[in-house]
Amino acid sequence: MPENDPKQPHDEGSGVSRREFLKISSISVAAVPIMGTHVVEAAGEPVKVYGPGKVPVELTINGKKHALQLEPRVTLLDALRDHLEITGAKRVCDRGECGACTVLMDGKAVYACAVLAIETQGRPITTVESLMQGELLHPVQQAFVDNDASQCGFCTPGFVVAAKAFLDKHPQPTAEDIRRGLSGNFCRCGTYHGIQQAIAQMAQKGV
Amino acid sequence: MPDYSWPAAEQRTLIGKRVSRVDAPLKVSGRAKYSYDYTRPGMLFGKILRSPYAKARIVSIDTSAAEKMPGVKAVEIIQKPGTTVQWAGDEIVGVAAVDEPTAEDAIRVIKVQYQQLPHLVSDAEPPAGVGGVPGPMSEDDIWDATDLMSPPQVASQVSQLGVTFKASPDVIDEFKKFGLPAEIVEAIQKAAYHPLAESSHSASWYQKASALHQGDPDKAFAGAEAVSEGLYGAPVITHCCLETHGSTAEWPDKDHLLVHLSTQNVSGIPGQMAEPLGLPAANIRQQQDHIGGGFGSKFAADRWDITAARLSKKAGGKPVRMMLERDSELQVAGARPSAYARVKVAAKTDGTLTAWHSESWGTGGPGGGGMPPIPYLFNIPNQHKEHTAIRNNIGPARAWRAPNHPQAAAITMCALDDLAAKLNLDPLELFRKNLGITGPRAENYREEFAIAADLMGWKDKWRGRGQDRSGSVARGLGLSIHTWGGRGHSSDCDLTLHPDGSVDIKLGSQDLGTGTRTCILMVAAETLGLPIEAISLYIGDTMYPPSGGSGGSTTIGGVSSSTRRAAVDAREGLFTKVAPALNAQPADLECVNGTVRVKSDPSRSLSWKQACSKLGAVPLTARGKNPDKSKPPDLTNSGVGGVQMAEVEVDTDTGVAKVKKIVAVQDCGLIIDLKTAESQCYGALIMGITYALYEEKIMDQLTGRMLNPNMQFYRLAGISDIPELVVHMMTGKGYDERGVIGLGEPPVISPGAAISNAVANAIGVRVPFLPLTPDRVLKALADHNLD
Amino acid sequence: MRAFEYATPQTKEQAVGLLGTKWGPIAVLAGGTDLLALMKDDVEQPKRLVNIKDIKELHGVTSSAQGLRIGALTTLGDLADNANVLQDYPALAEALNDAASPQIRNLATLGGNLCQRPRCWYFRNGFGLLPKDKVGKDLVAEGDNRFHAILGNSGPAKFVSPSTIVPTLIAYGAKVRLAGPKGNRELPLEKFYVIPKTDTEREHDLRPNEIITEVFIPAAGGMRAAHYEIRQKAAFDWPLAVAAVALNLSGSKVLSARVVLGYVAPVPWPSPEAEQALAGKVISEDVAKAAADAALQKAQPFTHNSYKVQLARVAVKRAILKAAGGAA
Repeated sequence: MPENDPKQPHDEGSGVSRREFLKISSISVAAVPIMGTHVVEAAGEPVKVYGPGKVPVELTINGKKHALQLEPRVTLLDALRDHLEITGAKRVCDRGECGACTVLMDGKAVYACAVLAIETQGRPITTVESLMQGELLHPVQQAFVDNDASQCGFCTPGFVVAAKAFLDKHPQPTAEDIRRGLSGNFCRCGTYHGIQQAIAQMAQKGV
Repeated sequence: MPDYSWPAAEQRTLIGKRVSRVDAPLKVSGRAKYSYDYTRPGMLFGKILRSPYAKARIVSIDTSAAEKMPGVKAVEIIQKPGTTVQWAGDEIVGVAAVDEPTAEDAIRVIKVQYQQLPHLVSDAEPPAGVGGVPGPMSEDDIWDATDLMSPPQVASQVSQLGVTFKASPDVIDEFKKFGLPAEIVEAIQKAAYHPLAESSHSASWYQKASALHQGDPDKAFAGAEAVSEGLYGAPVITHCCLETHGSTAEWPDKDHLLVHLSTQNVSGIPGQMAEPLGLPAANIRQQQDHIGGGFGSKFAADRWDITAARLSKKAGGKPVRMMLERDSELQVAGARPSAYARVKVAAKTDGTLTAWHSESWGTGGPGGGGMPPIPYLFNIPNQHKEHTAIRNNIGPARAWRAPNHPQAAAITMCALDDLAAKLNLDPLELFRKNLGITGPRAENYREEFAIAADLMGWKDKWRGRGQDRSGSVARGLGLSIHTWGGRGHSSDCDLTLHPDGSVDIKLGSQDLGTGTRTCILMVAAETLGLPIEAISLYIGDTMYPPSGGSGGSTTIGGVSSSTRRAAVDAREGLFTKVAPALNAQPADLECVNGTVRVKSDPSRSLSWKQACSKLGAVPLTARGKNPDKSKPPDLTNSGVGGVQMAEVEVDTDTGVAKVKKIVAVQDCGLIIDLKTAESQCYGALIMGITYALYEEKIMDQLTGRMLNPNMQFYRLAGISDIPELVVHMMTGKGYDERGVIGLGEPPVISPGAAISNAVANAIGVRVPFLPLTPDRVLKALADHNLD
Repeated sequence: MRAFEYATPQTKEQAVGLLGTKWGPIAVLAGGTDLLALMKDDVEQPKRLVNIKDIKELHGVTSSAQGLRIGALTTLGDLADNANVLQDYPALAEALNDAASPQIRNLATLGGNLCQRPRCWYFRNGFGLLPKDKVGKDLVAEGDNRFHAILGNSGPAKFVSPSTIVPTLIAYGAKVRLAGPKGNRELPLEKFYVIPKTDTEREHDLRPNEIITEVFIPAAGGMRAAHYEIRQKAAFDWPLAVAAVALNLSGSKVLSARVVLGYVAPVPWPSPEAEQALAGKVISEDVAKAAADAALQKAQPFTHNSYKVQLARVAVKRAILKAAGGAA
């Protein structure tokens, strides 16, 4: 007979009803939901609670502010790709395991799939799209081109962003620094040789 | 007739040089658009409910809750109740919704009842005595057979083998209810009943695939001066394309379908979608700018793609994006068959190979799979080989870069390496000794061995097995050789010269990251005497002339030949128009450096723009084809060789193996772009390190599931695992005049064998199966110490 | 990922107030690198996420004569770059730099690292923390246990504790401080981890309505410590065995030692046997080997993971030698 698939829902229904949300809250709830937000009381103070439906989310991407309506469950990566059509960051593993979605947050390389869009509000996000100066490639990008550091190219934007962040922090890296510093990105075509050469070229130039 | 042949070495301005790939600026800046990136206003998101069981009959499906869910626009049952799913992750129901989270929510409320059936996901050595003549068929066997064969074939098998159950009216009704084709039902009713026969699962899981005999192996083994025996093999691995499989489908009107499908086979997609969707192929348009990896797994319009098209139709034609999740990608969208073998190989004391005996097995999923081409490359005079195919529930196999060759190399080259060790010979010597039986490229291998040995420093570094140690670090060298075909596929190319001087090229081909775009442009630019930037290239659309799928390393041969012929014909057409203005005969003209000029008097010339203005009002389009016997010579060829050597370090306390250096020497005829050709080799070596040391589709017999459908435990090498790589391409005389031959596959064949041989050389004992993980290395060491 | 509501409390009291008394419905979001993956895999299905990153007092690292106070929200990357860590706790810096990837280290917090869930593939594939099939068959014991526990595995829990950093923190004598509805409490980090006996229990002593506020590491003094990981890949790979060692030396003689293993048991595994074997000795290859043997003496591997006994032994031995040979 049919068995419960462990991956199937443990409870009936999909989304969670408003009523259930109120029920699970261990503290008194005192608010009318407005635009998907309501207020609960915690430690004697009112705290705003967002969602589960769509709520206003303002993202700062490449210096530009974007006002979106998103459920809290939308990741930064999906917000970029599916809501803003900024598709340079790729969705590959969606679990923070491969690096293809690398973007900069507060200037540091992070996996956009491992962050919720809603929690990046007020934190500037930089994507691969902003690295070019007009029609001119960023030196890291040019080094990737010169050293044939892309094949199918699907991992490339993530690698370029990771490489930029790495070189910003380690302008004069050793070979060992390069290996460690770029260990958060995987490539399937096997472009690592070209990437090693590209970074070494950058290091030599001292860019 | 114009001369279509490749320009002589001294005349080449681009061909054979290192040219940066033309689409690299798009790729490094995130501007390259992949199928996964294609977004349209109002686009819906597709998701698929997949089977949690490796084998189960679908009893019932209730999609009502999903259909009622706000935001859900279409629901499509993919496999109806009564169907038997054959692997975990098999597609059951598809939905399309306004956004991805809603589609996921909808999938969760679909209720499916399954009747679980016994499964096999292991590909361990078949138990003795199985895999003979198949026995009578159980009910399950019959259902399984319907997934693999046509109804007449199943009916005929039922008649031949009989059944293990009584065909009572109830049983027959059940079959009918679940949609078993009438002719099979009829065959069941007439079939012989074998009540005492054991459940024939084992019979259907293991199938004797082939037994081949050559010469007199018994006699050769009996009289052998040396015999080496061993166990070798490579497991199932997945393609793990970074861009998952999938597509976006939309119906601009009710009779036309537009798809953006991630594929290695742009021109082939409409023909595959036409029948299941019931519309003419001409009404289906496929577009793809860039593809994020294929490696042999993306030739077909898959079930999920058909589902996306059906969902889109149900949703009024709105675009539906259906891209697989990572776990599904690893579970169902491609796997390389496993191959293992018990091998006995005999030789004279000087290393001359005399006999081969192998009992091999492996799985390619429910389809079983055939024997890998062993002994690989070396046509040993006396052979006996048997293969048992395991037809299990791990999901379907797909062509994986150089299908069957890496496995065959791992089995053969490791067996020969063990034989060399047994004979106390340097394997380089044994391999060279036997090059005479490798076929037509023996001399190429000899040349390549010399170069590779030099680049590796083989002579200085090589020691006998287990002889190079300091503390717990053991060092070793290993080698392997390989071959591949690579003749150019069919390709049509339209090259148009416009009166304003612009040039465009159109082909329904695709660039997998191999450098296809760059090479097409280099050939055209070389032929027309123009810079690459002066030419616009359009590929990846079924609106363009068809080109073959990118498989078997056939693309470069195909597209470079068709482009060359198109460019030569266009150039000749231009000469005809321009000749009067230059007061010359067309045959006296040449295209050089952006001019059209008289060969004997270069001062009589026109700029390219001026020349094209002579075309008049109508552009000139020439279509080049491959193959094209009417326009000789044949510009492509078949058959390449390569030699690889690996150097490793193994920590014998931990079993962790690291590759320190690989040398690859490779020929592939006339190289168009040396830079992207070398990249193919670097990439293949890196992929080779990955499958040699890390990769394995780990299946769990208890749950029937893949345990590592993610990128943490489906391990890919990272940049820190990549050692010094040395690539040497054979070019010049003896190679260039062969014509253009594909390169995507050959260099990925040898790394597994070469690395395994290097590890054996380092630690003094063979680790039988890839990947060479610490547990396997330590076990091999421990087993050896027990002996 | 299932829908959830989301709150960003500004104080730890508010955060605690937003949590519940049962595991499951409400989860704390810190770095999120593990939690979001678990939610996408439907292993965790919270209906509310409490993002604690706005709570200022959970940030920051401060050094004093007593030791180092590390706010729970300090990212692994910031901690690895911290001057005090680099100078006084080099083994910790190394463990941090070995953890995951640069991008993960920029997001993941120390508190989150302490609370990350096991990587057991049955757990992650939805079969539960103490995975069983429908007839009660123990999936780990009877299935593919190549990466599972070799110590502390006689009960139903057979996963390995996933943090690669915690063994080193324990070796340094770290304490963890928690805030809950009844105020704060502190416990030695090793006591924070427990082996669950039922599927409703967790692998640590944190209660559903508590958060980690900080980790405190006492001053290292002249202690010599080392972290050693055996990984298949050079980087960004879950280890097969981890060992952390801290030696308190007088001259070349060991006064006392801490030896903590990782990736061998459902909890970080301090080894009193190894510690005893080192006490009073001058470190040598043989002494290190004897201590390593002692640490693994009680190992009970399953069908496919006996190689891990050897790996753990090597990790312990190498960590001891590294600690003895390295700088303070």
